[in-house]
Amino acid sequence: MSETAPFTIEQFYKFMNEGKVMAAKCKKCGTILLPPRPMCIKCHSNELEWTELAKRGKLLTYTIIHVAPPQFQHLIPYAVGIVKLENGLKLPGMIRGIEFEKIKIGMELQIEIEKAQQAQTWPSWPKYYFKPA
Amino acid sequence: MIGKPLASIVSAGLSKFGKIEGLYARELFALAAKEAFERCPNIDPKKDVQALFIGHMGESYEHQGHTGATVADWAGLLHIPATRTECACASSGAALRAGIMAIMSGLYDIVMVGGVEKMTHRSTPEVTEFLAMASDFPFEQWHGITFPGLYALMATAHMHKYGTTEEQLAMVAVKNHHNGCLNPKAHMQREVTLEKALSSRVIAWPLKLYDCSLITDGASCLILTKPEIAKKYTDMPVHIIGSGQASDSIGIYEREQFTSLTAAKEAAKQAYKMAGLTPNDIQVAEVHDCFTIAEIIAYEDLGFCKPGEGGKLIEEGVTTLDGSLPVNTSGGLKAKGHPVGATGTAQAYEIYLQLTGQAEKRQVENVEIGLTHNVGGSGATATVHIYRRG
Ligand SMILES: [Zn+2]
Repeated sequence: MSETAPFTIEQFYKFMNEGKVMAAKCKKCGTILLPPRPMCIKCHSNELEWTELAKRGKLLTYTIIHVAPPQFQHLIPYAVGIVKLENGLKLPGMIRGIEFEKIKIGMELQIEIEKAQQAQTWPSWPKYYFKPA
Repeated sequence: MIGKPLASIVSAGLSKFGKIEGLYARELFALAAKEAFERCPNIDPKKDVQALFIGHMGESYEHQGHTGATVADWAGLLHIPATRTECACASSGAALRAGIMAIMSGLYDIVMVGGVEKMTHRSTPEVTEFLAMASDFPFEQWHGITFPGLYALMATAHMHKYGTTEEQLAMVAVKNHHNGCLNPKAHMQREVTLEKALSSRVIAWPLKLYDCSLITDGASCLILTKPEIAKKYTDMPVHIIGSGQASDSIGIYEREQFTSLTAAKEAAKQAYKMAGLTPNDIQVAEVHDCFTIAEIIAYEDLGFCKPGEGGKLIEEGVTTLDGSLPVNTSGGLKAKGHPVGATGTAQAYEIYLQLTGQAEKRQVENVEIGLTHNVGGSGATATVHIYRRG
């Protein structure tokens, strides 16, 4: 499955539903693509393979959101940040399970995955979030 | 050597910026076009204007797309080619550049470029959602990262790396509100104190209400000609001598760093090279202060100071109206307002006024060279233009 699955964002979230953080790796130049893409953005090759990423990383920057669009209104205030995973790739997401005052740049976080609910509308992707490692 | 003119501004128009109730985008644009036509009676709109390029970000606000044809009709320019450019908040910076390229191609002698957005009739959560569409959907929007949130991520990183303070951010708001008071077309013509800005409610920490630009209705336009014929229409043309545009990853999380905008630095490099000028030559500038941190980062990306010294530059008063490099004399996006699609050419409108001595109470003395810096979304697009008095 993993070798032939399309290198798409949809597939990234399908793997998330299986509890895995997966990226595309270019067989030609070795670049790891996160989000996965159908073509390598460094050498334009489409000879790719899936590679699983570690779920741990370091917080690069963060904010506490107080004004949100309608679908996130019920969560405010909430923290979001950008995390650099162990292999150097980055993902943004919510930071949960920690008091806002204790969030610090450089702290160790890990990805938790919430399985997707059966969505009535597009898209039916799972949510992942970060929590203290 | 100073670069040769690419195209020339012979006239410009701006609607009142603010909460303009009851007017559709197309009607706002007609007001801006009317001012441009009146300012330059030698232009016969029906006969002379050969094409229109219009920046407009979102059809969601009015449930109305196909902006090119719509506003051309309302501006009394029916049947000319009319094309919308969309680069989020840099939509009319891109329209300006499209107009310059259309003139330089030799296809047209005279074109109108402009921008429009009608936003205030929608609720703040709705506008927050529409603006977020200029950011990455599957990773940023999907996880609740708002547009202010993206700039807050940059602010936190800038504060952490360089020691930039919330006070320095607030100083940008104080300056731009002061300038806005001198601009009768500004949305917010009210001074704000440092204390008030710092104690305003949090939108996306560390950004507070007064760190954010306004949700505004407005339209702007310019009439561009081939440089050789500009003097036929006006004694006071403004030549565009540098134009740069660049892009970056739509998701900010993919970038190498969050303390500068690579697209803005690249666009600036192109524009300075074309103009044969350096940052030291710029005498007045309009920069994209969608958030106060964005103005600090703009100083650095445009080379007005070294990376990390933007906070110091505002603190030292360099960019105030009586400083050595006044920035956002119009009040900026912060006080003049930010009808997103209209912003790029509204910035050019202000520089046109400054270089032709028409900026009234906020006129900077003896300015000949100006710059505009227009950023789309969270920096995935940037345009930079450099202007010289003709
Ligand atoms: Zn490759």
